[in-house]
Amino acid sequence: MKREIWKGSEAIAEAAIRAGCRCFFGYPITPQNEIPEYMSYHMPQSGGVFVQAESELAAVNMVYGAAASGVRAMTSSSSPGVSLKQEGISYMAACQLPAVVVNVMRGGPGLGSIQPAQGDYFQATRGGGNGDYRTVVLAPANIQEAVDLTQEAFDIADQYRNPVVLLADGLIGQMMEPIVWKERTPRTLPEKTWAACGRGGRDHNNFITSLLIDAPACEAHNLDLAKKTAEMEKNECRWEEILLDDAELVIVAYGTPSRVAQTAAENLRKQGIKAGVFRPITVWPYPYARLREIAGLDRVKTFLTVEMSLGQMLDDVNLAVAERKPVKFYGRCGGAIPHVSEVEQAAVEAWKEVK
Amino acid sequence: MTAMERFPHRLTLVTGHYGTGKTEFSVNLALALAGEGARTALADLDIVNPYFRSREQRGLLEAAGVRLIATSQALADADVPALPAELHGLLEDRTVRGVLDIGGDPSGARVLARYRPKIAKEDYQLLYVVNARRPEVRTAERSVEYLRGIEAVTGLRCTGLVNNTHLCGETAPEDVREGALLAGEVSRLTGVPVVCHAAEARFADSLRDLDPFPMEIRMKKPWE
Repeated sequence: MKREIWKGSEAIAEAAIRAGCRCFFGYPITPQNEIPEYMSYHMPQSGGVFVQAESELAAVNMVYGAAASGVRAMTSSSSPGVSLKQEGISYMAACQLPAVVVNVMRGGPGLGSIQPAQGDYFQATRGGGNGDYRTVVLAPANIQEAVDLTQEAFDIADQYRNPVVLLADGLIGQMMEPIVWKERTPRTLPEKTWAACGRGGRDHNNFITSLLIDAPACEAHNLDLAKKTAEMEKNECRWEEILLDDAELVIVAYGTPSRVAQTAAENLRKQGIKAGVFRPITVWPYPYARLREIAGLDRVKTFLTVEMSLGQMLDDVNLAVAERKPVKFYGRCGGAIPHVSEVEQAAVEAWKEVK
Repeated sequence: MTAMERFPHRLTLVTGHYGTGKTEFSVNLALALAGEGARTALADLDIVNPYFRSREQRGLLEAAGVRLIATSQALADADVPALPAELHGLLEDRTVRGVLDIGGDPSGARVLARYRPKIAKEDYQLLYVVNARRPEVRTAERSVEYLRGIEAVTGLRCTGLVNNTHLCGETAPEDVREGALLAGEVSRLTGVPVVCHAAEARFADSLRDLDPFPMEIRMKKPWE
């Protein structure tokens, strides 16, 4: 297969088109502008629709409408823009509509900076809008994975009739790496018999709403959604284990920090510290079970969580490790990227406490 | 061949589709010129990219004696289309060799339009960087479209092609050779000569026949 060099954001856009996305609605914000820019040129050529909406709210609600008609639809933004989209995500989750939302995270809170960050972890993994719902959250650490997961995201969304979030940090959006376009085996997916795309001889109209004014009906609907949440938790968990087979010190990181952590782990091994990296690929569902298992191993002495935020994924690591072993933390934020030597130093300090 | 022989004109304007490696090439060229003893300045005129800009290499450049001309430090992390005032000095001071790192695509090259009257009076070369592994410009026809687009917005004629075909750190000599074919085809269609093939120094032997301009990857990712 021929290798090509792609920028993260444009690769995500092309991957979506190849996955059958036919509607893209967005509003520009750095560092993901290449997604709408690429879509504006290539989506019409693929027979799809591109609209630069007047705002993030308009864009996400256009996705809501397109998804309701059964079309594969996507929107993308960066942190403050994704905050604006939360209402739409909650509505789509309530209406059981499949859609893909890309967040290329930058420094926050508020307008923050345009440099890479991971401060939207809580928002993405806990459901940033109102009500009881979750979305599968895919967190790529390289451009190949960003491409593969973007395509997978559309299948996951259709399978569970639920929005899926692709959570990348700014560096994944902006850096360039070689990729190949792999042959995909798409999932076997249910027909969209629920879509509001014309009656087509049915004996009833498909009606899509999130308003369930009768409390028992609303509760019953929530319980149905919860069953789906449990299914996603059971089936969609992904992670990668790097240098973990004999590791005594485990660095937990996702996205860009996991790349930094890997280099740090390789360097630590040269100094005689058996370090490895546990990398969640889905941050919801979180790979609690596997991490808990690792925490229970005798040889594993301590954990270090590394983030480009100030201790958000740390909560999940603590839930998994559950005080079986110490969990230390190192984070940079606001657009700063942890340096390899900083991670090494934090690891050495964590190691000193347990050796 | 020295860098000064390969690129004999005082000002080198580096343009191309984004992601072809203009910044990497610009930084390497500036370092090579300074290494040969030329008073050298690198102007970072990228108003498109928010990350991976030559201004991030300030320490490396200044240590090598290259003066960096970039948006003020206060705006170093912003994506505002602000241009450094000192650029005028570089355009006028004929004792300095200047490398101008221009943002990608015609939209990035637009910054050159305002300096066109000044540049036109100087001894310059406008280079167009080709990378056969960039999907948007992998065909000669698409490459020529971007080249013509850049000429149209800048009002300047492209004078040379640089084959900078790479896959970041994963380049193989065959990639560079495929880029040489693409650059040759672009040259045939436009009449613009291929002035050099840029390749990592480790390929010097395997690409000896292309006499490549030796590059060292400077725009590293944080974990590299």
